[in-house]
Amino acid sequence: MASQEIEALASALARLPGLGPRSARRAVLWLVKNRERALPQLVETLAAVQDTLVECETCFNVDTRNPCGICADPRRDAKSICVVEDVSDLWALDRARLFQGTYHVLGGRLSALDGVRPEDLTVGELLQRVEAGGVDEVVLAMNATLEGQTTAHYLAERLEAFPVKVTQLAHGLPVGGELDYLDEGTLAQALRARRPVD
Amino acid sequence: MALASLTLSDFRNHAHSEFADARRFNLLLGENGAGKTNALEAISLLSPGRGMRRAALGEMARDGGTGGLAVGADLRVGDDIVRLGTRIDPARPGRRTARINGADAPLARLGEWLGVLWLTPAMDRLFTESPGGRRRFLDRLVLALEPGHAHHATRYETALRERNRLLADDALPDPVWMAGIEAQLAEHGAAMNFSRAALVGRLSRALAQLPEEPFARPDIALDQGGSDDADALREALAAHRPRDRSAGRTLIGPHRADLLVHMAGKDRPAGDCSTGEQKAMLIALVLAHAGLMPKDRPLVLLLDEVAAHLDPERRAALFDRLRDGQAQVWLTGTERAPFAEIEAEAARWDVSAGSVERRS
Repeated sequence: MASQEIEALASALARLPGLGPRSARRAVLWLVKNRERALPQLVETLAAVQDTLVECETCFNVDTRNPCGICADPRRDAKSICVVEDVSDLWALDRARLFQGTYHVLGGRLSALDGVRPEDLTVGELLQRVEAGGVDEVVLAMNATLEGQTTAHYLAERLEAFPVKVTQLAHGLPVGGELDYLDEGTLAQALRARRPVD
Repeated sequence: MALASLTLSDFRNHAHSEFADARRFNLLLGENGAGKTNALEAISLLSPGRGMRRAALGEMARDGGTGGLAVGADLRVGDDIVRLGTRIDPARPGRRTARINGADAPLARLGEWLGVLWLTPAMDRLFTESPGGRRRFLDRLVLALEPGHAHHATRYETALRERNRLLADDALPDPVWMAGIEAQLAEHGAAMNFSRAALVGRLSRALAQLPEEPFARPDIALDQGGSDDADALREALAAHRPRDRSAGRTLIGPHRADLLVHMAGKDRPAGDCSTGEQKAMLIALVLAHAGLMPKDRPLVLLLDEVAAHLDPERRAALFDRLRDGQAQVWLTGTERAPFAEIEAEAARWDVSAGSVERRS
């Protein structure tokens, strides 16, 4: 029978996404075995995160400063904003360093069934940023799920009132993908989004 | 030929049952409650959806088993064998997954390999019950020919639930949000309408070629509950918002469609025809559909307690038509006699208390 502390740690870890009780117990066991080195490191980094982590008031990215490193970076093009559902999407896009502009994290996607409404997302703040001026383009980088696309639709319509170009990530053929292996939905999207060859 | 073999593990009353060396005709004989229909249901799960009985996942695992279940089959494709399977993991009882050649795959992918259609005693009421049953029947016919239909149907269902949720709110739904959901509904709904209409058209033409005897010939039409043009459907949905809001749900769209069936020559709705005529029309529909399947696409027909309930003349006609077609057929019955005509060419199993034994 594990001690109360260990049980508490395991149940705290079990709530992390992708973990669950069994993996959590395994992680705890590993931490106990490596308590000399790994445990202090974990405790320190967790404490540092707790002390310094803030949400950027401009784009709602998570960073140790506010405004965040991206918003504060003078090399970034503040004239274009890429709107993403979650911080993880921002990380995915920024890992590749493909987008030179700034971001806006919505904090989720519209879902009537899950009770996520426009006012639960940072839509108002996005519109304020655009309204304040200095923005030429808004890139909607929602997931290709039904809720994601509904959200993109919603934002596109709300942004119509402003003199900005609204674009959306293309859907279709994955890089390295073979037509043969694609489902019809993806193929139809790819056909619809076809473009002239330069 | 479609399935070369079939294995059931912990499926309903089958602890472990194997059907090896299946043939064109496959006959499962046994008493009531022996597990014949269960085996057909297992085959029906080699396609997307809830299967032949529309059972909840929790109902299908064997009592006293692990809580999970598995169905596996070898599908013959040309000279090759593709291993199809579906399972419920006891650790995740709320989820059915597919495996194709040893790799996990989305359920919809099963439909790319195999079309599965069935006729069951429960479908005797198809023409008299509410349109939902006929829509499901129609969608299964579409799906057998067009695996992509499942994708549109799933997205449509999700969008519909979202819209209905907003409609049921006390507050007036956000019009921009509604428009976003309706755009999705319209896109996938129009695609569904288009596929359904195309199938009904092809099926009508095929049925028109058939004689009116010995199976009463159905005239079919689609009441499609909305346009097959996405823009038109979107506008219709937007215009219908006030009425939908007072109803608390969406009243137009492909989820309200119906397959209208009349008996040819008599101009009588199928629902008003005799039980025997209804059954004959259902068989005619399924046989005509089987004839539409492309030659390279395997189709399995599951006929649960069908042959035994036909008179000898119609039974002979059914076997002839099945023989002319290309579908693999799995039939159940309680007695051998009605199947005498196909017995020589059929693989036969005796099913008893959830175990099976090959007899011929």
